This record gives sequence, structure tokens and C-alpha cells, in this order.
Amino acid sequence: MNPTMAAVRAGLRRGGIELRNTFSNGQDLWNYFFPTAALLVTMFFMRGSTVPGTSFSLGARTLPSALGMGLAFGGMLVLASQLVMEREDGTLLRAKATPNGMLGYLIGKVTLMSTVALLSMLLQLVPALFFLDGLRLASVSAWFTLLWVAVLGLVATLPLGAVFGSLIENPRNLGLVMLPNMGLIALSGIFYPINGYPGWLQGVAQVFPIYWLGLGMRSALLPDSMAAVELGGSWRHLETFGVLGAWAVLGLTLAPVVLRRMARRESGSRVAARRERAMQRVG
Amino acid sequence: MTAVELPGVATAPHPPDEDLVLDVRDLRMRYGTVDVLHGVDLTARRGEVLALLGPNGAGKTTTIEILEGFRLRSAGSVRVLGVDPGRGDERWRARLGVVLQSWRDHGKWRVRDLLAHLGDFYAPYATGRIARPWPVDDLLDTVGLTAQADQRVARLSGGQRRRLDVAVGIVGRPELLFLDEPTVGFDPAARREFHELVHRLADLDETTILLTTHDLDEAEKLADRILILGGGRIIADGSPDELSRRVAGDAEIRWTRDGERFVHATADATGFLRDLLREHGDRVQELEVRRASLEDAYMALVYEEESGVRTGRTDRVWQQGSDR
Repeated sequence: MNPTMAAVRAGLRRGGIELRNTFSNGQDLWNYFFPTAALLVTMFFMRGSTVPGTSFSLGARTLPSALGMGLAFGGMLVLASQLVMEREDGTLLRAKATPNGMLGYLIGKVTLMSTVALLSMLLQLVPALFFLDGLRLASVSAWFTLLWVAVLGLVATLPLGAVFGSLIENPRNLGLVMLPNMGLIALSGIFYPINGYPGWLQGVAQVFPIYWLGLGMRSALLPDSMAAVELGGSWRHLETFGVLGAWAVLGLTLAPVVLRRMARRESGSRVAARRERAMQRVG
Repeated sequence: MTAVELPGVATAPHPPDEDLVLDVRDLRMRYGTVDVLHGVDLTARRGEVLALLGPNGAGKTTTIEILEGFRLRSAGSVRVLGVDPGRGDERWRARLGVVLQSWRDHGKWRVRDLLAHLGDFYAPYATGRIARPWPVDDLLDTVGLTAQADQRVARLSGGQRRRLDVAVGIVGRPELLFLDEPTVGFDPAARREFHELVHRLADLDETTILLTTHDLDEAEKLADRILILGGGRIIADGSPDELSRRVAGDAEIRWTRDGERFVHATADATGFLRDLLREHGDRVQELEVRRASLEDAYMALVYEEESGVRTGRTDRVWQQGSDR
């Protein structure tokens, strides 16, 4: 078999094994379930309120937005933090010491991250159906939109996660990516429409993928009448595709360069030095 | 070879040799303005076991990382399995095995899953002579981890973890294996088993092995040849026996005669004893001849080098001073 194909297949199997490992690890399961549970509780209490200017449930509007946010988080921040952690424990050096190991590693990671992101979406979607009304779940076009937004969202955010994960060497600095993203969530209309914000703030929010992922998910799951409360009064599918596509192109251009640079610099003494630092942190 | 050899002295070019697994000539490494390696020469043939010794900071890690292709050298010619490690491709990578000290990876994986998974990457690189990868059950048995096959890596003991690292290092049946202080944290039984494994790899599979260690006893047991790195160059290269002989040529002889103790150091212990016994015969009691051990040799060489380097440094400082 051709070595590249062998590595691709090994990478897919790697994703499968990591999925099994992560779903049989208590700490990981807690990390997946806790935010989901917190979101569901939030939506439960929001179910009585309505989106301003309509009689539509605010909880039902929050659900799709939160799904979009979850994709952005799963794609970007979780991948970035895994890369940083696995550089520290030597997983990446191991991949580097294996023929075509980096390719296998990345394919495994992308498989793992996308599956976890999609499963988390289902995890939030299904329980919410029992107490939220008005979502368009019977429609085929809704699922079609959900699918393309989710896939494009992952393609836009995973490479960005790889870039951040490669640039950050110390796990402590993950906050540098985490905090601005938290701010963006507040800006991006995930929990409340941003129509009332000043125009420049709306403009900032619309540069980043989180806003568009939220919008795309709302367009899939909310009735068409709800488009009226969005900026511009429409679902703006074309713009969603354009902005997410632009981030995908940027990420896919940058990621290989940055990943290669990071991989080139990995060596035993760097891993040892990081371990020393980690020991000092703990001790 | 003397310890006061000046950097920059050109070595005579060697003829190229197909059988050389490692062929390093005049390897230099500089970090910023600090020279870490100035002119390392070393070679290894197929199936040879080399121990690289040296005090901390002598450049062992840098040398090995350059050979592994993890670090780019500043100058010099390096051939590892006939390939420049700075340009080694994946096919070349598949012929190497690397065992480092600082791996704590794949903690959530099961031992068997990890070995099978990493082995998959080597399958396309099997040749008529070398079947790759090493079958997992066979490999588990070889490193003594059969009982832990289904255990999570994070739950292994320190010694078991090291054995797993060795298993990962050899899963692709490497032609050249790098072992960085492989037996740190082993109990004596595990250490002996590991030594047997190294012998088996070198003798049966003709694996060339380059190991670093601070344990001189281990180096003596395992290595065909010992290289001592001091002050950024190889200050000694030879079999353990040759090294002990060359450095401290003097043997120490102790005996008592008529209740009195005597100590004598000589290069020709046999001749001295012949004369001693001819002269005093039965009156010589409690005779003891002590040859220099590898440890004596190591200490002497490293001391010589370190004092030599100090002289070298003062020279350089003096030259810079006079340039101004």
C-alpha cells in the first residue's frame, strides 16, 4: 500500500480509537456534558421569554445560536488546546518520529473533533426538543441547511484552531485565545439579538465566524418569519457562505505553514524543557 | 587523540563507506554565539552498539537530536543510513527508532492499541529483508508487557512505561535505534532483561544502536564501543577495555611483607610482580592488583578535557583582549 494512504487510514482509525478513549474517560465526559447541561438549563428558563418584537420563545431562538457557538468552540478552542497539551506531553514528537505520523495525527484529530462537535450538537438538540416549541425539525431543507452550515463551520474553525494551537507554546497562554472568544460570544447575538447594538459593534461581530455560525443555525431551525428580527431582515445565506468560506480559505492557507513550522521545531529537548516548566507549575 | 586538540584543526578526509550506518565528520553546532559542538567525528557499522557518554552539557542531546533529524546542524557532514538527516524523508524516518526520556503521551490509550496503531504507519515500508511492523503480540512478549496489553498507558508503572517507549521505538523494526538513558528508573531485574533485549536486537536483527547513559557499568556491558563527548567533541573512542587501558596505564599493586603494607603503581604490573615474587617469595602476602576501571578512565578523560577547555577559553579571552 502507498504510505500516504496507509497514514490516512491509520489516521481515521486513530480518530476512532480516540473517540472510544474519550467517551470512556470520566473527566472528558464531564467536560462534554457540563456545558451542555448548563446551556439546557439556561434555555429552560428562557423558554417563557420572547424575542423582542415577536411572540417567539427566546429559549427556542437561543438553541440554534448555541449550537453554532458550540461548533466554533469545538473547532477552534478545543483543537487549539489539544494541540498545546499534546505538544507538551510528547504526542506530537511521537507523531514526528513516525513515518507520515503527522498526517495521521492531524487526520485523527480532525476526525475526533468533528465527531465530538456533531455529537455535542445532537446532545443539545434532542433534550431541548422536549421543552422548546417552534423549531422546524420536520423539514428536510432545515436539516440540509444545518448540515452545510455545520460542515462549513468546522472547515472554517478547525484550521484556525490548528494555527492557534501551533503558535501557543505554554498552556497558560491559551487564555489569550479563550478570552477574546468569550467577548465575541457576547457580541455575536448568541443569547440575545444584537439589533440594538451600535453599528460599529455589529460590524465587528460580523467579521468573525461565531456570528455567522449562530445565524446559519438559526436559519436552519427557526421559522422563516424570524428572519425579520435579524440584521438586514434576512437569513443572508450568501453572506454566511462568503464569510465562513473566507475564514476557511485563510485557515487552510495558514494552517499547513504554521503546523509545519511547529513540527519542524519539535525535539526531545523542547519536550523535556516544557515538562520541566509544567513540573514547576504544579510544584 | 588528546584533550587539548584545538578547534578548527582539519581532519583528514575518510573514504566513503557503504556499510557505515552513522558517518559524522566535523559536526559543528552553534546556538547564537555559543559553540556547543566543535568538530564531532563518529562512525558506526551495521549491528554495532555505541554508548555515548559525557558530562551534562557536553552536547550529547544536541548530537543525538541532529542525528535523529530533529535539529539542524550548523556545519559538518552527517550521513545517517546514507542520508543527510536534515533532508531525510519518510522512507528514511521509517528505518529509525527513537526512544526519548520525556514522553508521557497517549495516556488514555491501551498499550496494545497504541502499538498496533503506530505499527500501521510502518507497514508500507516493509522490505524483502525486513518485515515491518513487528507483530504486536510478539513485541509485547519481547518487552515483557503481555500482562499489561489491555491496560491504559497512564496506569503503567515507571519501568513499564519505559518498556512501552522501547516497544514503540522498535515497532517499525528499525535499522538504527536511538536510546536516551533507557534504563533510568529500572529495577535490577528489569535492567538485566533490557540488556538482553539490546543484545538480541544487535545480534539477531543487526540493529545499530546508539545509546546515551550515565551508568558506566551499563555502557561497559552493552556497548561494543564507547564514545566520550567532552567540551563539544569526541575525546575518546574505543572499546571499554581499550579505554581503561589507554587512560590510566598504571595498575596499582598492594601487598604486605612481614606485616608491613606496600603500595606501588606501575605500567608493567606483570613484570613488577615477577620481580617482587622472585625476590621475596613466600613473604609476600595479601597481594592485590587493581587495574584502572572504565570509571577511572572516564573521570580522567573528562577531567583532562575540562581543564583543557578552561585553558582554551582563557586563550580565546586573551586573544580578544589583544585584538582591541
